[in-house]
Parts: sequence; structure tokens; C-alpha cells
Amino acid sequence: MNSTEILNLKNQDVTENGTYKHTLQPIVTGTSVLGLKYKDGIMLAADCIASYGSLARFRNVQRLHPVGKATILAGSGDMSDFQHVQNLLEGVMLQEHCFDDEQEIGTKSIYKILSNVMYSRRTKVDPLWNKFIVAGIENGESFLGYVDLYGTTYQSPVIATGFGSHIAIPILRKYAEPRASDLTEAEASEILDNCMRVLYYRDARSFNKIQKAKVTSAGIEITEPYSLSTNWDFAESIRGYGA
Amino acid sequence: MIAMTEAAAKQNNRWEPYVDNGGTSLAIAGEDFCIIASDTRQSEGYSINTRYDSKLHRDSFNFRTEKISLATTGYSADAKNKHDKEMHSHSIAQMISIIQYQKRFFPYYVFPILGGLDQEGKGCVYSYDPVGNMERVGFQVYGSASGLIQPFLDSQVGFKNQQNVDKTRLLSKQEAYDIAIDSFTGATERDIYTGDFLEVYIIDKDGIKKEVRQLKFD
Repeated sequence: MNSTEILNLKNQDVTENGTYKHTLQPIVTGTSVLGLKYKDGIMLAADCIASYGSLARFRNVQRLHPVGKATILAGSGDMSDFQHVQNLLEGVMLQEHCFDDEQEIGTKSIYKILSNVMYSRRTKVDPLWNKFIVAGIENGESFLGYVDLYGTTYQSPVIATGFGSHIAIPILRKYAEPRASDLTEAEASEILDNCMRVLYYRDARSFNKIQKAKVTSAGIEITEPYSLSTNWDFAESIRGYGA
Repeated sequence: MIAMTEAAAKQNNRWEPYVDNGGTSLAIAGEDFCIIASDTRQSEGYSINTRYDSKLHRDSFNFRTEKISLATTGYSADAKNKHDKEMHSHSIAQMISIIQYQKRFFPYYVFPILGGLDQEGKGCVYSYDPVGNMERVGFQVYGSASGLIQPFLDSQVGFKNQQNVDKTRLLSKQEAYDIAIDSFTGATERDIYTGDFLEVYIIDKDGIKKEVRQLKFD
């Protein structure tokens, strides 16, 4: 292709009448992600599935993504947009790394960068179709924040996206939020497992293969994928549509 | 393709870039003080996102339906111009209006209320619509519970629709403070988007005093 051809190339995103084509719906999607604060830091949970509509398309996807040494980004919604954000943040981290000044961007700055990206994309009416949880520790203080496709942000001791905001939040508000400062790691882990299990029973886009991640003063730790135990004995007694 | 986009436009098939996160803000101006209050709940639909998301920024604040932050400061010394002087409240008031009108054709969907003291030390409240129409008023409430609180303020602060009352009377600091608190405790009972905590700023010649009170968590 010569330079004239390149110059004359039509932008594939522009329609014949000059309007722009934008994302109108997410395609390959991840469902809920959960996060809570506990005694030693932050813990997150997400399952390993990326759905294509109702098809369980990719069953071994990592949705908990480390950014730097003390921050984790958990993503739900469109997985290609999520990967785009991962690349974008990797670029930012690399650029800063090249200063070679022993400094690394902290959790709050990553959250600020991400929320600015999300808000500017919504302002272009071309959003990144995601709901993110950003978690980490900066200067000994734990951080748990949310940002979505509108650029809406908030911080809370417990956060859940998507279906989790209906099903997991009541569980997290009851067992995790009131005791956020003295919740042990084992307790936090059990609460998240229970939330993910309830979600697996009720959310048709979820999966029992999950991962958990934590950020403590010792750094990041992301578990290998593991399966939640389930018990479907109650199904025996269901007649008709159940209930 | 044209037919397709037209059809899509007809169905209003465009992504809606605004969300309403609820919440209520209020301001009352007095003779030599100003009281500004706002709840801290942030909601989306029937879900509560968080119980503590401040809608007040220094002595100025905005009720918001989308995430923006107005870097506005009235009485406090934070907003200084390049001559290192404090900005006067009327300058900030005008600035907010201009910032809003700059986005006239894709507005910031916010209803700001600016409260503070004017150059004479009198309490002042400026209220705006999303595109920057501005008015200096004696009291104002915006947000999800504005329909519940504004008539209450009309009666108790403005002395409207009453006979044999001195309509020029200005409230004392304590009276205005009590009315602000009562407004929110009342609104919390009936408006699902108002609750959790109440932030109150009391501005007078001695400076800005911040107070956080509890509202109902339900």
C-alpha cells in the first residue's frame, strides 16, 4: 500500500453519512467481581469465565490483573475493553519505570488515571464497557474503589459489580462491612467464597472456577484458579419451575 | 447504511451518557453566615453504591448526576488567583456559570449551589441550572429530595404564603441550622436517595466549620 492509498483509506468507524460507529453493546463479557477490606488489606474475587452472550465461550480467563507492586485491577463487562485498559496501564507503568527513580505509581494515582480515561471516553459517547474495582495499598493505607463506563466513581469497604451488586452486596454488608478493621484473612476468604457460591447458584453467566487476590503490606498475591464446592441436592425436590 | 443509522436514531438507540446518582444539597444564607448541607449517599437505581461520598467541596458544592468536580472555593483561601488574593464569592459564582455554559451543547448534568459570604460579609447563596443560568437567592435546595424540602424552606425561611409575619426577618444561625437538619431528617424518611450521613458546613466571619451527622441507614 502506498502513501496515497493510505491517505485515501476510509475510516472503518465512519458510516456513509458521516456519523461514527461506536460500541452499542458489550460482546465477550465477564460477570461480577467482588472486593472487600479486611484487617491486613484488600481481598478480591472473580470467576474465570468470559461469556459470548449466553455461550460460556472462554473458561480460563484471568480477570484479576496486577498493576505494579501493590495494586490489582478487577474487571467486569467487555473483555476486549478490559484488555485494552490493561495494555494502557502497562504503558503508563512502563513509561514511569523508564525514569529509573525507584518510584512507582501508587493505587490512588492508577485509580485517578483509570477514572479519567473512563470519563473522557464516556464524554466522547464511546465508552469502555466495563465496571472496574481498583484495590491496593498506598503508604500503609488500604484502598478500594469503583469506576464504571460512565466515569462514576466511589469508594466503600465492600464493592461488587453487576449481578453481585444485588446478590453479594447484602451478604458483604452484613458480614464484612461492620467488621472491616478486624476481619481475619481466613474469614474474609470464606465470606468471598460464600458470595461467589451464591452468585454461581443464581447468576447464569457465572462459573464455579474462581480466583481470589489480596493486597497486603507484603504485596500482591493472586491464587491459582480453583473450583468452589456446590450442592445441588435440592434440585431433586423441585417440581415444575421450582420456587 | 444510512437507513440503518436513521432507523437507529429514530429508535433513539444511542447510549445514554448520563446517570442519576441521587442525593440532596441545601444552602441557607443568613445576615452574616451561610449554612450548606448535603447528604453523602450515592445510589444507582435501587442500589446504594456507597454511604459516604461527599458532595460538598470546601465551602462550595454541587449536587451531581455524573462525576465531575468543580474546583470552586469561596470563603476559604484555597482558590487564589495569580495575584495571590482570595477569590470573592461573586467571582467564583460567575466562574461556575461560565464553566457550565462552555458545555452548553453537552452539559454537565449538575445543579450547583454555591454558598459563602459576600464582600460585605453577608451570607450569600448562588444557585444554577445545568447550563449556567445563575441567580443569587436566600436559600436553595437541589437534588432528589428538592421537591420535599423546597416548600418547607419557602415556608420556614422565606415565610411565604403567610399573613401577619415579618417577611424581611432573617433567621438566626441556630434557627437556620435547625431547619437544615430537620429538612434532611424529614427528607430521609420519604426519599430513598437521601440518607446515610449529613455533612454540614457553617460559614461565618471566623471561617468554615464542618460537621458530619448521621442520617438513617435504611
